[in-house]
Amino acid sequence: MDWGALHAVIGGVNKHSTSIGKVWITVIFIFRVMILVVAAHEVWGDEQEDFVCNTLQPGCKNVCYDHFFPVSHIRLWALQLIFVSTPALLVAMHVAYYRHETARKFRRGEKRNEFKDIEDIKKQKVRIEGSLWWTYTSSIFFRIIFEAAFMYVFYFLYSGYHLPWVLKCGIDPCPNLVDCFISRPTEKTVFTIFMISASVICMLLNVAELCYLLLKVCFRRSKRAQAQSSHPNHTLKENKQNEMNELISDSGQNAITGFPS
Amino acid sequence: MSWMFLRDLLSGVNKYSTGIGRIWLVVVFVFRLLVYMVAAEHVWKDEQKEFECNSRQPGCENVCFDNFFPISQVRLWALQLIMVSTPSLLVVLHVAYHEGREKRHRKKLYVSPGTMDGGLWYTYLISLIVKTGFEIGFLVLFYKLYDGFGVPYLMKCDLKPCPNTVDCFISKPTEKTIFIFFLVITSCLCIVLNFTELSFLVFKCFIKCYLQKYAKKLKSSVCECHSLRYVECGGRGAPPLLRNHHSCLAINILPLPEAKLLGDTQGC
Repeated sequence: MDWGALHAVIGGVNKHSTSIGKVWITVIFIFRVMILVVAAHEVWGDEQEDFVCNTLQPGCKNVCYDHFFPVSHIRLWALQLIFVSTPALLVAMHVAYYRHETARKFRRGEKRNEFKDIEDIKKQKVRIEGSLWWTYTSSIFFRIIFEAAFMYVFYFLYSGYHLPWVLKCGIDPCPNLVDCFISRPTEKTVFTIFMISASVICMLLNVAELCYLLLKVCFRRSKRAQAQSSHPNHTLKENKQNEMNELISDSGQNAITGFPS
Repeated sequence: MSWMFLRDLLSGVNKYSTGIGRIWLVVVFVFRLLVYMVAAEHVWKDEQKEFECNSRQPGCENVCFDNFFPISQVRLWALQLIMVSTPSLLVVLHVAYHEGREKRHRKKLYVSPGTMDGGLWYTYLISLIVKTGFEIGFLVLFYKLYDGFGVPYLMKCDLKPCPNTVDCFISKPTEKTIFIFFLVITSCLCIVLNFTELSFLVFKCFIKCYLQKYAKKLKSSVCECHSLRYVECGGRGAPPLLRNHHSCLAINILPLPEAKLLGDTQGC
């Protein structure tokens, strides 16, 4: 089990996401997971080995390292990526449940006019409306909460996003206030700022997606209300035409590069 | 052989699980296996190299490390994951055995394709009980071995060949404590899910049996005869395999109710 497996699961959700959701998935996997795996592990690989304190007192280095780095940066990022990707599984589970119900009704003979066979049900793109809209919106909301929470925890634990090159440590068993030196502080600061920026971008994308979904619903409702008040006889036809148009425009924005759905 | 093998095996279990069983699978894969592989393993990577005792006596560090960590926490975590995932294979084996029997007899052993005997229900129940047992067992073992779920930064050691009571410092104690608490919380969550699934299955069975008995009483008190076929609880040894959580509970006075453990078949 590794990031590839998570990518396979989240990639499956890609089909049912909005365009902004697809961009978000791309940013998560290319700019965060890949950077974490390819670069960050190399930079933080020797973090404890090369953490040196200016004393020969055994145990001082361990204690000081533990005090300044209660959780390593890369572990915190890994946990953040896992928690941020998990709400998408809610959507995947909801879609699977919806398909299961539709297949059950199909076998009973209820939806024979809508689908040709069971394979058709599995290939159909599920639209984000009704209860799925609520699941999708909640998943975006939780994503935003998790991103913000982890960014705050990061800031709180490390007193900012910058790593100093020397730290003063006077914890027992260190005999006095000793200097402790972090390995590669500048490179670590660069990667930290990169990951935080990617995090901010993801959060902005989530907020934009949330606003987009809310606006879409309000727009749909007002159009429906307008149509009902002005042309009560033609409402059904117009609604169907609008839905067809939306479906066409949604599926047209399907091409996000590098991402198999 | 790696964790991929376990993942592929368990994915096959997904088909025969209830809704709660699938949530359990997600929790195990995402919050336990994935976290173990991408984060926890690396925290314990250099645990012995960075374990330092305040003594230059050769062998003192080795002896003290061995005394405090008879088995590394991360290895215990991996063992727990394997043992907890294995009972689900019982279900897969049972289904494979059943399909093998059908092929050998070259005919359907049961009335309709979706119906399975109560044996699979019992297998599923046993796998749930064994899973829960392993979870609780490993948690208790963890607690007893390490005197709690925390990792201290300092331990005192006076075993030979250490000359006196020396201070020994563990590497990354806070990070290790955080991950162990993560392990304990996900483990407890899995135990709760298992108990919920167990109660749900048993409760559904009781309701079904009760309704069948009630219908039987009703039938015997009514003069007209309908062609009613049903399976009695305990008649063929076990109730029909229970369906998904959203299945109806009422029995049909029609061809045998088809029950499958979260399959994709007909209705009640």
